[in-house]
Amino acid sequence: MRAFNYTRADSPAAASQAAQVEGAKFIAGGTNLLDLMKLDIETPAHLIDVNHLGLDQIEATPEGGLRIGALVRNTDLAADARVRKDYALLSRALLAGASGQLRNMATTAGNLLQRTRCPYFYDTHQACNKRNPGSGCSAIGGVTRQLAVIGVSDACIATHPSDMAIAMRALDAQIETVRPDGSTRSIPMADLHQLPGNTPHIETSLMPGEFITAVTLPAPVGGTHIYHKVRDRSSYAFALVSVGLILQEDGTGRVAVGGIAPKPWRVEAAEALLPKGAKAVSERLLEGATPTDDNHFKLTLVERTLASVLAQARETA
Amino acid sequence: MKFDTPATTNPIDRLKVIGQPTERIEGPLKTSGQATYAYEQHEAAANQAYGFMVDSAIAKGRIKAIHLDDAKASPGVLAIVTAENAGKLDKGDYNAAHLLAGPEVQHYQQAVALVVAETFEQARAAAQLVKVDYETTDGKFDLAGVKHLGVEPKDELPDVNHGDFDKAFAAAPVQFDQTYTTPDQSHAMMEPHATLAAWKGDQLTLWTSNQMVAWSVGDIAKTLGLPKEKVRLVSPYIGGGFGGKLFIRADAILAALGARMAGRPVKVALARPQMANNTTHRPATIQRIRMGATADGKLTAIAHEGWSGNLADGKVELASQPSQLLYAAENRRVSMRLAPLDLPEGNAMRAPGEAPGLMVLEIAMDEMAERLKMDPVQFRILNDTQVDPVKTERPFSQRQLVKCLQIGAEKFGWNQRNAKPGTRREGRWLIGMGVAAAFRNNLLVKSGARVRLEQDGKVIVETDMTDIGTGSYTIIAQTAAEMMGVGLDDVVVRLGDSDFPVSAGSGGQFGGNCSTAGVYAACVKLREAVATRLGLAADQAEFADGQVRVGNQSLPLRNAAEGGALVGEDSIEFGDLAEKYQQSTFGAHFAEVAVDAATGEVRVRRMLAVCAAGRILNPTSARSQVIGAMTMGVGAALMEELAVDKRLGFFVNHDLAGYEVPVHADIPHQDVIFLDETDPISSPMKAKGVGELGICGVSAAVANAIYNATGARVREYPITLDKILDSLPEMI
Repeated sequence: MRAFNYTRADSPAAASQAAQVEGAKFIAGGTNLLDLMKLDIETPAHLIDVNHLGLDQIEATPEGGLRIGALVRNTDLAADARVRKDYALLSRALLAGASGQLRNMATTAGNLLQRTRCPYFYDTHQACNKRNPGSGCSAIGGVTRQLAVIGVSDACIATHPSDMAIAMRALDAQIETVRPDGSTRSIPMADLHQLPGNTPHIETSLMPGEFITAVTLPAPVGGTHIYHKVRDRSSYAFALVSVGLILQEDGTGRVAVGGIAPKPWRVEAAEALLPKGAKAVSERLLEGATPTDDNHFKLTLVERTLASVLAQARETA
Repeated sequence: MKFDTPATTNPIDRLKVIGQPTERIEGPLKTSGQATYAYEQHEAAANQAYGFMVDSAIAKGRIKAIHLDDAKASPGVLAIVTAENAGKLDKGDYNAAHLLAGPEVQHYQQAVALVVAETFEQARAAAQLVKVDYETTDGKFDLAGVKHLGVEPKDELPDVNHGDFDKAFAAAPVQFDQTYTTPDQSHAMMEPHATLAAWKGDQLTLWTSNQMVAWSVGDIAKTLGLPKEKVRLVSPYIGGGFGGKLFIRADAILAALGARMAGRPVKVALARPQMANNTTHRPATIQRIRMGATADGKLTAIAHEGWSGNLADGKVELASQPSQLLYAAENRRVSMRLAPLDLPEGNAMRAPGEAPGLMVLEIAMDEMAERLKMDPVQFRILNDTQVDPVKTERPFSQRQLVKCLQIGAEKFGWNQRNAKPGTRREGRWLIGMGVAAAFRNNLLVKSGARVRLEQDGKVIVETDMTDIGTGSYTIIAQTAAEMMGVGLDDVVVRLGDSDFPVSAGSGGQFGGNCSTAGVYAACVKLREAVATRLGLAADQAEFADGQVRVGNQSLPLRNAAEGGALVGEDSIEFGDLAEKYQQSTFGAHFAEVAVDAATGEVRVRRMLAVCAAGRILNPTSARSQVIGAMTMGVGAALMEELAVDKRLGFFVNHDLAGYEVPVHADIPHQDVIFLDETDPISSPMKAKGVGELGICGVSAAVANAIYNATGARVREYPITLDKILDSLPEMI
């Protein structure tokens, strides 16, 4: 861990302004950033502490939705009665992630911005275009069982590890931000995370210094909500594949998938095929996939997991 | 004390203290944070500085240059040790690779430097500034690819060829031939390797985390070129070892070198992501099993051939060894081949040999039983042997495998199992049951202790035996209390210091039996001294309730120490009973699993172990050992694998996010039954080991249960869901 400057911001706009400095990073729960700093993967020169900005409330919106402050802790968000009732997918996805201790610290915005768990990204002896742009990707051709099968490039095959983000994507969340000039905007969840292309180190559409203040959920869409995270052990592991499903009584619904791509993977044209069943949805969802020998099984696993959650949803409904 | 005739009745048989379920006596120190683990020896030496290891970025090659300028200029840096400035370093007898690389690099993350600084954070930050130029050379990283280069490990397991395997196999009405693999595995103990080193002149003291104190004193002295007398090693508490701390590792040598260079005490802990590649691991194996049987299920021929790899000077994994002894068959071939690999050093991990060997053999037995249309429990019972199958004049000292299987089958409800796979379903779950035999040899190692009766009546036991979380403190206290006729509270146990008599140490499940037998021997000496001091006949004296009695005469034990403490010191040394009798421990593992019919996720639902392992010295800590081992066996079955990058030559998943071990949610209800057994051939304690028996066979029981649930016969561990997806029912 390198030495760094530490400041506390006193408003979101001030935080955004302060973060224009070269090498600046926001720190909230620190559950990911501090680990990466200890490993010399993240080397921020400035940390801007945003924990004291009061962004820790969950409020109803005039549109009938919820506005979740960027600093709301994962534990609190998962336990919120309104979330559990109307956005069960979000609560279930959150509780499938990390551990109780981590969820107590991890924040809503921080969860969205967490970095990949690719083991080659984590090993500073290895070439990694995310960590060291232009150095190459040592994961390609290596051990890739956990890595992405779709949305990848010749420069990077890492996955986005978040469970919460899968639910946010299925729920059509909007990301509210403030920019250094004080202006605000709202980014659809679909547009927040970027595919790697030739620039895998650029992971989101946020501008330098742009600061997430809240995540807004539209009015509840009803339906049966299921999040099934498939992994090698029962708890405290990243997904091989996770499926978030919202199924309506008429057989339509939404599907977002984790563990397979550099961003939460949702294809609206695929979920339109839900009445036709899991096979049709999966084929469309995974069109263009380029799996390796190690992770080819994820294609089958997506289809089978989706079939399973569809069956569960029909039973529940 | 020489132990060369079977034990007769002795004070241990009273079982007033020993043999009773007893909570760990050092437990409160651990739960209240007062137990001084190596990195927490804050009071042991003043002015401690911190070292952080720099490790190699390549698997094989040479260091061309190390650039230290940035690191040296970094705040707080006191010294940087490299092979260039460390002075002449030898290699320990128990180490395959050097603990400090340079100029040659022998494996990935081999130590290349140690940065010493005022604080841990400064040392780590400066270590990250050390830049190394390497020249990479090609290495061998794929066991399957170098298997043909394997050589017979003549010193460790010369080929066993008994009868005529080829002929008997060819003639057998029922034949079986399959090949299996087990992966590299990491000990993943909770406490990382850590050492505090301090020099006083030319005298070196290391407070470390080490299972084998005397071995390690020798290897530190050899590595650093010191006389053994100049090295003291202190290892009172160990946060898990599993074989990964049998030997000195880089933390110990680097701390010693760093302390010498910095001129003050230095402590070094390996960071978690350094452990898998820097230290040792359980080596991967390829194993081929062939069996021939009569139509009614009698084995006539067994061949168990295995391959493992290692660095030059590294050892073979004795995976085929259990097939020498576990089942009857008149014709037998057992062999291992050791192939050259440039991965980090493979070495002992909990039940080396037997654990990976039974992972494979006990699947093969399940497959063969099915081929014979026999129940797998009955098939094993039918092929039991009460004598060493190769040297039939050697009986087993005790062998209750059949009883373990029978009792286990009854308690577990084995008759509920449907032999046809994939036929039991509960909702989305496919349910199956599996069984495996457990087998681990009982090893005997000389062990010494010193026992002192203090003037206040306290009994002090000192031995360099270690407690790696197993309960050594407690069983040693129980032994001394039983022998001296005092309560557990009157005994103080001091362990893990090279100033104390040399013990067996903790390894190969020999520590419990051998170290307590050493304490027994020392107590016999002390009893003689006490009786003499009290003017009583030592051979008639009974020690009980704090009194020493002969006939009607009874004197308080403490009276013997009125004129000054009395000391008894001795070692237990084992004669040739192990040659006359085969000494082994046995068990049966049962597992029930549920497999998600859609995703292939496996959840173990119930487990039972039935163990026959001699006298159980403390049922509480023994049970703890066995359920821990069962948990480790579930890990080996379902998830544990150091994934090898075969291009670059390293274990990729080298942290605890990547190398998954079971979490609480993976571990269901576990039952352990100990058969009432005493083994007078083993030692005066009539005990044997149990801590490794508990893992042997577990993974195969789980694998067999998965087969029973799904029909998926996976022969490559771990059995992750991707390997069974294709065998699962069609999804609608």
